[in-house]
Amino acid sequence: MIWNKEMECADRETMRALQLEKLQKTVKHGYDNVPHYREAFDAAGVKPEDIKSLEDIVKLPFITKENLAANYPTGLFAVPKEEIRRIHASSGTTGKPKIVGYTKSDLDMWGECVARGMTMAGADKNSVVQIAYGYGLFTGGLGAHIGAETIGAMVIPMSSGNTQKQLMFMQDMKSTVLCCTPSYALTIAEQVEKAGLVPGKDIHLKAGIFGAEPWTQAMRDSIEAKLGLKAHDIYGLSEIMGPGVSMSCEHNCGMHVQEDYFYMEIVDPDTLQPVADGEKGELVITTLGKEGMPLIRYRTRDICYLMRDKCECGRTTVRMSRVFGRTDDMLIIRGVNVFPSQVETVIAKFDELTVNYKLYVGRENNTDTFELAVELAEGIEIEDIAFVENLRKRIDHALRDMLGIGCKITLLNAGALPRSEGKAVRVEDTRKL
Amino acid sequence: MLVKQVSIFVENTTGRLADVTRIIANNGIDLKASTIADAADFGILRCIVEDAESAKKILNENGFNASISEVIAVSLENKAGGFHKVLQILADEKVGVKYIYSTIKSAEGEAVIMLKAADNAKAIEVLKANGVKLVTIDDVK
Repeated sequence: MIWNKEMECADRETMRALQLEKLQKTVKHGYDNVPHYREAFDAAGVKPEDIKSLEDIVKLPFITKENLAANYPTGLFAVPKEEIRRIHASSGTTGKPKIVGYTKSDLDMWGECVARGMTMAGADKNSVVQIAYGYGLFTGGLGAHIGAETIGAMVIPMSSGNTQKQLMFMQDMKSTVLCCTPSYALTIAEQVEKAGLVPGKDIHLKAGIFGAEPWTQAMRDSIEAKLGLKAHDIYGLSEIMGPGVSMSCEHNCGMHVQEDYFYMEIVDPDTLQPVADGEKGELVITTLGKEGMPLIRYRTRDICYLMRDKCECGRTTVRMSRVFGRTDDMLIIRGVNVFPSQVETVIAKFDELTVNYKLYVGRENNTDTFELAVELAEGIEIEDIAFVENLRKRIDHALRDMLGIGCKITLLNAGALPRSEGKAVRVEDTRKL
Repeated sequence: MLVKQVSIFVENTTGRLADVTRIIANNGIDLKASTIADAADFGILRCIVEDAESAKKILNENGFNASISEVIAVSLENKAGGFHKVLQILADEKVGVKYIYSTIKSAEGEAVIMLKAADNAKAIEVLKANGVKLVTIDDVK
């Protein structure tokens, strides 16, 4: 099934004409209503009228996460506050999150995009969609939710965690679609196996929609086997919208991009020049038709490539590969975006610590492990255990406030962390993805 | 009486404690008493040495967090109940005890404990008033 044949199977000329029309509108909307775009376009000597073809997009300056931070909290909103229906937020590089605002039309668009994805996974109004992404500022939960409601499915808004309860609802409500991060899917799969539940008999999942973090083929195989479902990749980022920017169909050959809403470019991260289809580079996205916070040439920092050959499913939209990595130092830990600079900000607030630190990220039992080693500043008086434990507790609270996830904290003597020559190696990520 | 104690933060990794004792030994420092308070991934080594200030300096130079605090050296009567007597006095006077470590001997062969009270000054006052013998670092073997 295809949710919106007109858009998903449009011929290239029709799609490109629509994209150009929406691009021109978006550029004008940004220029007229967002000081950042006006200043950046003026500085680059480009006016909205200069965009006469899709290729002209390269005349426009990029927008980066640093620009988002500089415009915190709502500097990039392009509509009056009363038009904003909802906000979401994700980690920024500094202590402040990136805040995104959605108008009624933006939420409808999000619902449409995720509805197309849900349909790729075979879901329809008869489906029972169990959403085990976190609900809240994170776009995962409410993004999947709005798509499932759009197709008219029955939604179970579980949010993440509480795995035994997930299993209970999965059995008793006969869930047919599971939406969550791949690592949580694997946790659920292992509990299903442990409980002796048999796919097809005790549980009735047909499809899984998994995203928000990198995963491996081995994880996919294991999830599919244990849960008896077909796994689909979903891609998105909150700055742009949330999950649903692209999703894989039953042929599992890359993720179909909702091209009438997103214009994708791949650039060389060093030269910022476009690269050919099939070549890896940094994904740059322009939102088409988004009102609340239009992003024009947003550098996602995600590395992937684009495919335009025909997919057997009949959709004609461009497909993106899985994300191979990042061009910045952002870590995705248990689905949460973490920047080392955020950790640095927290550490700087503690006089009891030196500025040196090291993050260790690994994976045990399919769950990400996250450990922070810090050094005690010279000259602080440590006489008892309580002092150290209290300090550790305060660091833990401050990190949770900043990152939204906890980590194991190890305290060391000043100078105990390895010093590197040149650029400090702050992160040791031993996950093999 | 009040004795200077060096507290050293030690990571709980194999060989780390030996790093401390090596530094102490190589600098000819005589360790008179010691104890370790341990948590899961670190410990605090508390020790009594002849010259606490220079020991602290040497340890700092070698990358260890070391700090100095004061504990009371209390000589115990060499008979049953000697230890209890000291604690009972403090309890009666409502002086809290943070920690104690023991089994070093004074020059006269009496057992000496190192005691850290919530209020060291008051502890000294009440112990003295009750005839408990307090000693100095020079009295410790």
